[in-house]
Amino acid sequence: MKFKPLAIFLIISSFFLTCILSIWKIMSTLQGLNFTSLNITAVFLIGLLLSLAFVLIGNKINHLIKIFLLSFIFSILYFNLNETSPHWYIFGVFLLTLFYTNKLKKYSMQSLKEDFISEKIIFDFITLFGIVFFAFVILFPFYIMLVTSFKTQIALLVNPLDFSLDFTKSLTELFKSYFVIFETYNFGRYILISAAVSIGTVIVTLLFAIPAAYAVARLNFFGKNFLSTSILIIYMFPAIVLVIPLYTLFSQLGLRNSIFGLLIVYTATTLPVAIYMLQGYFKSIPKEIEDAGIIDGQNWFGIILKIIIPLSLPAIASVALYVFMIAWNEFLFSLMFLDSPKSFTLSRAIQYLSGDAETPRQYLMAGSVIVTVPVLLIFIYFEKYLVSGLTAGSVKE
Amino acid sequence: MSNSLSKLEKRTAYTLVLPAVLLVFAIVLFPIFANVWISFKDIELKDIRIPEPRAKKIVKSISENQSELKIIYKLRNSSLIQDIRNVQFQDKFPKDISPINLDPRCNFQSKKVMCNFGNWQAKYRENFEIVVKNNNGEIIDKKIIKSQKPILTGKSDNPLLTTNFTLENFKKVFYENNFVELLLTTFYFTFFGTVGAIIFGILAAQLVNQNIQGRTYMRGILLFPYVGPVVALAYTWTLLLDPNSGTLNALLVNFNIIEQPINLLGQKYITMSILGFEFKLRLALTTVIFFEIWRYFPLAFLFILARLQAIPQSLYEAAEVDGASPIQKFIHITLPQITAIISILFMIRFIWNFNKFEDIFLLTGGASGTRTLPINVYQQGFAISDIGMGSAVSIVIVMLLLSFMVIYFRLIGKRANEV
Repeated sequence: MKFKPLAIFLIISSFFLTCILSIWKIMSTLQGLNFTSLNITAVFLIGLLLSLAFVLIGNKINHLIKIFLLSFIFSILYFNLNETSPHWYIFGVFLLTLFYTNKLKKYSMQSLKEDFISEKIIFDFITLFGIVFFAFVILFPFYIMLVTSFKTQIALLVNPLDFSLDFTKSLTELFKSYFVIFETYNFGRYILISAAVSIGTVIVTLLFAIPAAYAVARLNFFGKNFLSTSILIIYMFPAIVLVIPLYTLFSQLGLRNSIFGLLIVYTATTLPVAIYMLQGYFKSIPKEIEDAGIIDGQNWFGIILKIIIPLSLPAIASVALYVFMIAWNEFLFSLMFLDSPKSFTLSRAIQYLSGDAETPRQYLMAGSVIVTVPVLLIFIYFEKYLVSGLTAGSVKE
Repeated sequence: MSNSLSKLEKRTAYTLVLPAVLLVFAIVLFPIFANVWISFKDIELKDIRIPEPRAKKIVKSISENQSELKIIYKLRNSSLIQDIRNVQFQDKFPKDISPINLDPRCNFQSKKVMCNFGNWQAKYRENFEIVVKNNNGEIIDKKIIKSQKPILTGKSDNPLLTTNFTLENFKKVFYENNFVELLLTTFYFTFFGTVGAIIFGILAAQLVNQNIQGRTYMRGILLFPYVGPVVALAYTWTLLLDPNSGTLNALLVNFNIIEQPINLLGQKYITMSILGFEFKLRLALTTVIFFEIWRYFPLAFLFILARLQAIPQSLYEAAEVDGASPIQKFIHITLPQITAIISILFMIRFIWNFNKFEDIFLLTGGASGTRTLPINVYQQGFAISDIGMGSAVSIVIVMLLLSFMVIYFRLIGKRANEV
């Protein structure tokens, strides 16, 4: 009987259990439950007992019965240890414990004798812990953004920890922030402008990038190598050094506060990435297919339109989505070029809203939800295309 | 035959490439050179509008006599600081309508009134009047008169194009502006932001690369901070970290982890004592770096994951047979496979973090010790309205960037090609 692996197993597993139960407690606190202590030591100790019982029982009883039984006992102990809490909270503890004990399935006194078991335990639990950690750290701000938009400033000042939604209120009350920002702050218009600029940028970028990428991928001309290296270098150059000259130039040309001016800048800054991504894909198309087109008497326009574009639709889709995302999220140029609320994009409008200290935070968050949701939906729906776009266009933001 | 074909090919190539090249040149390359020009000029935000002569036309009827009208032009110089030379005025009238008692500066020829107003000083204003009558004695339609807009032209200097140069801006950048601290802050932010993002990227990639349930969902979720709009995310974090009623401080106080709320984004230093040693931590800067890591580790993650998935499984199986532990496997198999991609990522992220503007601007606005070079470009150029200074800082950024790139291509460029 090795003592060390057992000790490591007990400590790490109950540490993990303590972590997930603490997160559950924090999330419940944000629903208005009045907890004032995480009770880490106590939870850790009964966690130790749970893990010990788990390995001691081993395979003597059916796994399913075992985890139900252990989780039930654990929940009762937990309930007695803690401040008064509603049943749904304890039920959550029970489910989490069930999930946790199920993860312990492969551990028994027998398996603790394997080679390198200590390291394997550490790796397994770091993995579990990592998943919980990353998921929590990433999703928590998004969660706060969403729930804040349904609260009121006063309610949050009274109790900044109560994010529970009052479903007894009417829907118009619940979505009040959204109604306000559409009616008072004109967000409908900003959505249209943002959509127009982003979609416009995608179209214009593709119009310029597809022919250029085709030439770089297929044709021989003087300065081709220079061009492809300078593409790489140009998109390392940051927007912040372009801002002052473009601002002065656009002021003198009267292009500030115009959607057209914004569109030109977005197109020019995304073009290098777009060309880079597309030419890589065009090179992978077999040349024989084009030769057939040349024999049929097609000129370059026909070849691009009838052969290249249909064959590279996935690549074009990922470039389009990537460019759309950049244009939709862009903030620096819209901050510099737009001062009139008539021509604000969504990002600029939210920043403008925040400039007024009086603006209640739920309006700010409602605006943030509105600007975030389309991008996340597009991302989730087209993840496959976007991920390949991100990987290829990585060098650019 | 083949010669003419290659000529045709060249011509086609240039037609295809040229529009894109010209656009990128105008919007990306030209400004970089323009920065050099502006950085040597003493020029402010208010100087960049070219002065224009302007006129507002008001049409008034003269009582009783409806065949005559008085037209008032409110003339002005749009600039408050610059003169306009040789202002020319022109307005057109319908047939049969002619001016009476025309100003001596003007003359009437073929239905047009043309005036030479000479030089206008800055802030110049004048109410200029013309009385017109209809030669037929009929009523004049006011709307027709009103719809005709006068044309004004004049010459003025574009302050951007004059040839007065000065070294003042660069002197100010290096000597008056706490340049060393600015540079250090920028480097802290860049270095720790980059390293942090890569470390978290490796951890996350290592996680997702294992056989766990729902790993595609996990990959999607991990990319959320990177694809979300920076404005929304920065404001959410500001709310979360707010000392008065922010969620994080409220939680920490509630669970008695801290006694007083901490102003994570508004406090420059915090004194920490570890093992009896007291040291000061740049609090706001650290918070901003954490936001930066949170937002950009997904990119590192994505790349490292792609590399990890390309490592042949047989390597790990062979190690397994040899009895290697998980740590040995990571150090001897995984790590060597990802060093190349990490060095590329380091350089790319380093350059991009070095130029990061939005994140810091939205979180702190550059206050509490978070002023980096890009923030300084904005502050000089737009908050203090000193365009020349802003450009000079931009030039410093470009110079530093170029030297990073040279170092990069010298050191790792060759290796990068092997990937």
